[in-house]
Amino acid sequence: MIQYAWLIPVLPLAAFAIIAFVTRPWRRVSGWVAVAGILGALALALPTFWETLAGARVERTLDWLTLATGGVGVSPSLAGAGGGAQDPALHSAGAAQVAGGAQALALQVGFQVDPLTAVMLLVVTSVSFLVIFYSQGYMHGDPGYSRYFAFISLFCMSMLGLVLANSLLALYIFWELVGLCSYLLIGFYYQKPEAAAAAKKAFLVTRLGDFGLLAGILLLWSRAGTLEFTRLEQMISAGQFDPAFLSLVGVLIFCGAVGKSAQFPLHVWLPDAMEGPTPVSALIHAATMVAAGVYLVARTFPIFEAGSYSLTVVMAVGAFTAIFAASMALVNNDIKRVMAYSTVSQLGYMFLALGVGARGAAVFHLMNHAFFKALLFLAAGSVIHALGSQDLRFMGGLRGRMKITSTTMLIAALSLSGFPLLTSGFWSKDEILAAAYAKGEYLVFGVALLTAFLTAFYMFRAWFLAFWGEPRWESPQQSGISAQQAVPGAQHSAPTTQHHGSGVHESPWMMAAPLVILAIPSILSGFWGSPLAGGGGFASFLEGQAEATELNVWVMAASALVALGGIYLAWLMYGKRSLSPARVSAALWPVYQILIHRYWVDELYNGFVRIAVLGVAEGLRLFDVYVVDGAVNGVASMTRAASSTLRQFQTGRLQNYGWAMYAGAIAIAVVTIAAQMSR
Amino acid sequence: MVDPTTLTLNHFLLLGAVLFAVGLYGALARRNAVIVLMSIELMFNGVNVTLLGFSRYIASSAPLLGQIFAIFIITVAAAEAAVGLAIIIAVYRDRKTIQLDDIHLMKW
Repeated sequence: MIQYAWLIPVLPLAAFAIIAFVTRPWRRVSGWVAVAGILGALALALPTFWETLAGARVERTLDWLTLATGGVGVSPSLAGAGGGAQDPALHSAGAAQVAGGAQALALQVGFQVDPLTAVMLLVVTSVSFLVIFYSQGYMHGDPGYSRYFAFISLFCMSMLGLVLANSLLALYIFWELVGLCSYLLIGFYYQKPEAAAAAKKAFLVTRLGDFGLLAGILLLWSRAGTLEFTRLEQMISAGQFDPAFLSLVGVLIFCGAVGKSAQFPLHVWLPDAMEGPTPVSALIHAATMVAAGVYLVARTFPIFEAGSYSLTVVMAVGAFTAIFAASMALVNNDIKRVMAYSTVSQLGYMFLALGVGARGAAVFHLMNHAFFKALLFLAAGSVIHALGSQDLRFMGGLRGRMKITSTTMLIAALSLSGFPLLTSGFWSKDEILAAAYAKGEYLVFGVALLTAFLTAFYMFRAWFLAFWGEPRWESPQQSGISAQQAVPGAQHSAPTTQHHGSGVHESPWMMAAPLVILAIPSILSGFWGSPLAGGGGFASFLEGQAEATELNVWVMAASALVALGGIYLAWLMYGKRSLSPARVSAALWPVYQILIHRYWVDELYNGFVRIAVLGVAEGLRLFDVYVVDGAVNGVASMTRAASSTLRQFQTGRLQNYGWAMYAGAIAIAVVTIAAQMSR
Repeated sequence: MVDPTTLTLNHFLLLGAVLFAVGLYGALARRNAVIVLMSIELMFNGVNVTLLGFSRYIASSAPLLGQIFAIFIITVAAAEAAVGLAIIIAVYRDRKTIQLDDIHLMKW
């Protein structure tokens, strides 16, 4: 079954093509086609995963382009890795021709399945399936129903291709494809100016990072002559590159990860990306695409490991982003934005783990995070669907009306907060903390611990605000919202009238069922990597060797304590209401202002763009108008002036020409005679 | 001293030059197509006179050569005049004018 792993992305691609070209007018059919496509992918991914677990590995490569010195030869199997994999030209990676130094440069694409890929395949297909299934309920009645399912199928294809790619080249192609799908889906409600702007912002900001990735790939290619991961790994372990070079390549590749995973300083696009439909936020901007950055670093980890300073950069950026984003999540009133910042923060956590060398812990956290964050978003989507608003200030008291949503979201929130021993989030977070502590990075350890506290607090702040207390969605005017509490950029839309009063109810089964299903891995997936699993746990599967997992009881206790502390503080402020949030924010007024304005990062970027970019553009515009255009127009007007003078000679009257002719003849005669006479 | 009563080559040349110059002026300065045509005839005749003069005074080994040449030119000129006048008449029928300045349909 593992031999057919390349079929996994082909199925959603087929679904995309069918929806786009055939079933577009029949919406319900489109939805089911998308479900069928991803279900097929899931059905293939599961046996692939089991076989990988049993030790099977596969890698297939085929030549895509041969760049000969004499010209460009295109091999017949241009159809790509998936479609062309049955081509007889297909050969194993070991026989792949060496491109470096040879006359012909062969670009290869292919796929590979190893434990990292298998985990990603499982996560992506299962979350995608649940999200797409859920979307049928969520997008019900939307005019762009078919378009939505076409795009999301295209996204699944791109994401699955990304994790299957066996070289940086193929990975980069799918990397850009997921970026495109992200753009299309953020801007799904393109009639809405904010959504269109958010889509543009997401695309441009991630492009900024992608530029670094491309530069890193080209740099690596120039030195190594190959982009296949296994070959690069061999070359690195043979010590063919010097550490400074690898560090540079690593940092450049990390730039791409920073853009895609919304790390500081390119984190600004992700909160705005919440303009897209909520299932899209769950799938693309929480579970899968934004984790592609973590995947990229994990995939190219040998480069980072061998580099001299690249891991330190990853660690620093990750740690800073983790606490930076968590702090902004504390005060936001938009339920989706709280989770967007949470995602940024958790991705920072993963990079932190990678930075301290704990690749296994990072991918483990990625997997757990994908499950519980997707669940959080889908639950939030369920609330938004019922209420028509995503402002936490207009929620409250939903616990009794939406039992499934509130319970499943509680499970996810507990997992994200790292509720001790029972939840998956606890085990992966604990592993990251232990790795940081074991590495001796005590500052980073402290930052991570503080972030864990903040995470628990903001998550339960959101949960209590949404599901506890008095309902505020019936009379938004009385909920005492003052203008100064307004969050710039957040949505203030009050609940739409159609959902007023007793109309608020639990979502349909199509939406509720995925919530329940996702709640299971949100708790259980963590035990695979927990000390309870012994030496045969997640990390040993991923790394191919048993790691000495030492149980650090102190770290575990500290981690549990901060999680419980954060939850307790949130309970005091928003559950029991014995500690007034207004008084706390007043006491910490300067901090509150900084947080609610999100450190003015967006304003800073806008100002920079306005002054630097537009200033330079204006200068260049003037140069263009006066110098470039001036030269062109000058030549033109000179020519025209010359011609309008010269055309006077061309009267078109034969007699004038006759005069000139005879005058010339006489002049010649005079000269000749004068010459004769003077002889 | 040249006897003013006897004809010399210079007389022929002078007459030829005057006829040619008058014809040239007419051909270039006048705007009436008929007069231009007549002026061209005049230029032919200036040339003819010159040829006759050379024939008489210089080419004594072939005394009739210049005269035959002149007869040919007269023949050709007659034909040319016939064609030219025919064109002018045709233009006049179409355009109701033979002023060269007004016949400019093909210009630019």
